[in-house]
Amino acid sequence: MPALKITNLRKTYARGPEALKGIDLTVESGDFFALLGPNGAGKSTAIGIICSLVNKSDGKVEVFGHDLDTDLLGVKRHIGLVPQEFNFNQFEPVIEILINQAGYYGIERSDAAQRAEKRLRQLNLWEKRNTIARNLSGGMKRRLLIARSLVHDPKLLILDEPTAGVDIEIRMSMWEFLRKINEEGTTIILTTHYLEEAENLCRNIAIIDNGIIIENSSIDVLLERLQQEIFVLDIDVAVSEAPTIEDYSVTLRNAQSLQVTVDKACGLTRLFCSLAEQNIEVLSLRNKQNRLEQLFLEMTRESRHPVEESEG
Amino acid sequence: MNFRTNVWTPFTTLVIKEFNRFIRIWVQTVLPPGITMALYFAIFGKLIGERIGEMDGYAYIDFIVPGLILMAVITNSYANVVSSFYQAKFGRFIEEILVSPVPNWVILAGYVGGGVARGMVVGVLVTIVAMFFTDLQVHNYLVTLLVFFLTSVLFSLGGFINAVYARNFDDIAIVPTFVLTPLTYLGGIFYSIQLLPDFWQMASLANPILYMINAFRYGLIGISDINIAWAFVIILFFIAVLASFSMRLLNKGIGLRS
Repeated sequence: MPALKITNLRKTYARGPEALKGIDLTVESGDFFALLGPNGAGKSTAIGIICSLVNKSDGKVEVFGHDLDTDLLGVKRHIGLVPQEFNFNQFEPVIEILINQAGYYGIERSDAAQRAEKRLRQLNLWEKRNTIARNLSGGMKRRLLIARSLVHDPKLLILDEPTAGVDIEIRMSMWEFLRKINEEGTTIILTTHYLEEAENLCRNIAIIDNGIIIENSSIDVLLERLQQEIFVLDIDVAVSEAPTIEDYSVTLRNAQSLQVTVDKACGLTRLFCSLAEQNIEVLSLRNKQNRLEQLFLEMTRESRHPVEESEG
Repeated sequence: MNFRTNVWTPFTTLVIKEFNRFIRIWVQTVLPPGITMALYFAIFGKLIGERIGEMDGYAYIDFIVPGLILMAVITNSYANVVSSFYQAKFGRFIEEILVSPVPNWVILAGYVGGGVARGMVVGVLVTIVAMFFTDLQVHNYLVTLLVFFLTSVLFSLGGFINAVYARNFDDIAIVPTFVLTPLTYLGGIFYSIQLLPDFWQMASLANPILYMINAFRYGLIGISDINIAWAFVIILFFIAVLASFSMRLLNKGIGLRS
């Protein structure tokens, strides 16, 4: 049984645009799934509908077999939501926020207190349990949202840009935590603008743009489609112009750094050999752009400006 | 349906949350009505009241105490729900509840429960304050407690509807200032409608708060300008209307879901 099944989901806002134009999406149980798209693409609308914060115009949503139209409470019971914005009462103590949230799911206060402690400890917030939420740092507030979403042990966790604005160390620790709960069986749907995050964490991916799904496959399959990669090479000697190498497009970034566009078919071995022949040694190599980011940009660009057929 | 899991625990969670909220800010919520009512009792009840003499055979302070207690209950029940629910909308933490499996009627009952809790706390406080100024007797405990409770429920529902429609903080002050306060003052707190000309007596009967104040006065000192049974019919009627309307708003997600 899929964790989430969406069929022909549509949303038109009153006096507004058609935010979703009939999307179909299936997320299997246990998956770590990325839902990507540029700003205004329809991601948050889709998440809002799944979590019953937005009324759909048409279509069907099922969560672990529970239909949103006929068994709303059944759907809600299985979902935990980490929203983009800090939507907790900023004047409540941290522990109260979690205990109340558990109470809304029917968990009694004594049990709720234990669950709250477990999640706050996991997310390194236990020391802050009596702090008024508004006094937490941005990273702590993000972790509080995650702790709150997990206090009722949901089977499906939806994270809407959970690491926005947090420093790299906290982001890494959040990745580690999310990987752990996914391994323990929680299905995760993640939206993010950090495509490196999606590439590192997720197994499957859907890209939504302008209200339609333009791509839905596994990350591995998607990355195989990448025909070219752009690398940045740091070299040991200063050069005044970019070396010429057949089949490779080489440009000079600065005297000791080259940018090379490499076709998938060409590989890197011949590039290194050619540079060595010109007495240039490569000190380090890195992708100029995250690979998924590169694909994402190509796909959304094509979606917005499709190549027009020319009459010849 | 598991009543404890689906109804009782979410309901008590909401009420406890609301109780903690208004107690946390007691200086803004509980203390002011205590001070205001003490001034009413001292100025209108004692200083001016002793010159007014009797009203319907009772000392003036004894006549106005029931209405003033109920006025505190009305304004505080209303204020609690309207401000709390609007703030939850404004800060978007209403979403905590909207994404949870809490039935809409439990959400409504929880917020009304919070309003009633504040109405009760303030009502008891004002009653204690009143006892410093007069020897308060209770004529009929059942009527007193029922009117106390039902009026609190009714105005909590009113506050809820106001909060659903409110788009800014001004919107939550308009109804209490321009509707609730005038109706309360004209609801016979300070006078018996028997003193009014016939036309204004009839006009006063269109004010639902008149029935509540008179029923409460009957419960405390045993006198009323209107029939007590009618008072209960009217209170229950308005509760049914406002509760149905509130449920309709919640089910449609008006002001809550786009």
